[in-house]
Amino acid sequence: MKSSDQAARTPLRSTASDGLKIVIVGGFGVGKTTLVRSVSEIRPLSTEETMTRAGVGIDDAGDVQDKTTTTVAFDFGRISLNNEMVLYLFGAPGQQRFWFLWDRLFSGTLGAVVLVDTRRVEDSWYAIDRLEHHGMPFIVARNHFGGPMPELEDLRKALDLSDDVPLIDCDARERESGKAVLITLVNHLYRLSTALEGAH
Amino acid sequence: MTSRPLDKENPDRLYIVTGGRSSVDESSIDLVSLIVSECDPTPGMQSEHVRILRMCHSPTAVVEISAELGLPVSVVKILLCDLLDTGRITARHPSTAPVKEKLPDPATLKQVLLGLEKL
Repeated sequence: MKSSDQAARTPLRSTASDGLKIVIVGGFGVGKTTLVRSVSEIRPLSTEETMTRAGVGIDDAGDVQDKTTTTVAFDFGRISLNNEMVLYLFGAPGQQRFWFLWDRLFSGTLGAVVLVDTRRVEDSWYAIDRLEHHGMPFIVARNHFGGPMPELEDLRKALDLSDDVPLIDCDARERESGKAVLITLVNHLYRLSTALEGAH
Repeated sequence: MTSRPLDKENPDRLYIVTGGRSSVDESSIDLVSLIVSECDPTPGMQSEHVRILRMCHSPTAVVEISAELGLPVSVVKILLCDLLDTGRITARHPSTAPVKEKLPDPATLKQVLLGLEKL
């Protein structure tokens, strides 16, 4: 990673005080960073986190015996929502080896977008299962690469997705489409949160 | 997505950067805590500290500092703890984190929606 001077960065407003997180999760090459880029006010940045494996033991029992550290790289972008709130979008790999970092990295995340490539639907199964397990609200967005697409409801069946999880099409390259994905997620969260308040 | 295993880099460098500590109470620092400098760098200061103080003239998220310095988030948090301890920086922590399995209130989400619709 190269350093860059202050002038090359886009600074936040001096009043910025409240960082929020949304995670875009999906298989390799599905378009996570493309989606982040389409809506971000900064060129997506990349960072990494490392964790020793000791005492974790969630990953598969394969060749992990002699491995002491795992590194997860993730890209992110940001959107200044108003004078105080800044939304950070993280593109996170959905593979099994990533998930033991979820609690540590993404606690306090508003919700998640599962980005699906219909040519590799099975890449999404694990991510959806883990999100449900974590009680993390999410929506599913099918990244549209052009050409004929099967009905969304067929995809819902293939993913074994319950009816209350929003499922939409998107083109991760398009700003308006990326924006619609985020709005769909936050509307979903709003409905859930309102229902929760009503229950008390 | 690239992966650059740290253990293939230079562990000595990371040891020196953090002064050899491996455990600091960093739980209060979130990925998106916004860091603000409260002073200018002084001569003799560790170079990473100097860069952080320069970078954080305007509020800067922990994860952005990590990307700019090219250091893992956990290492950056240790550097930030030092600067917090000595009052050289302050941190603006997220209002929504880190409460597990709890949704933000509708009013907060409404603000997020309004912001997104303006995009």
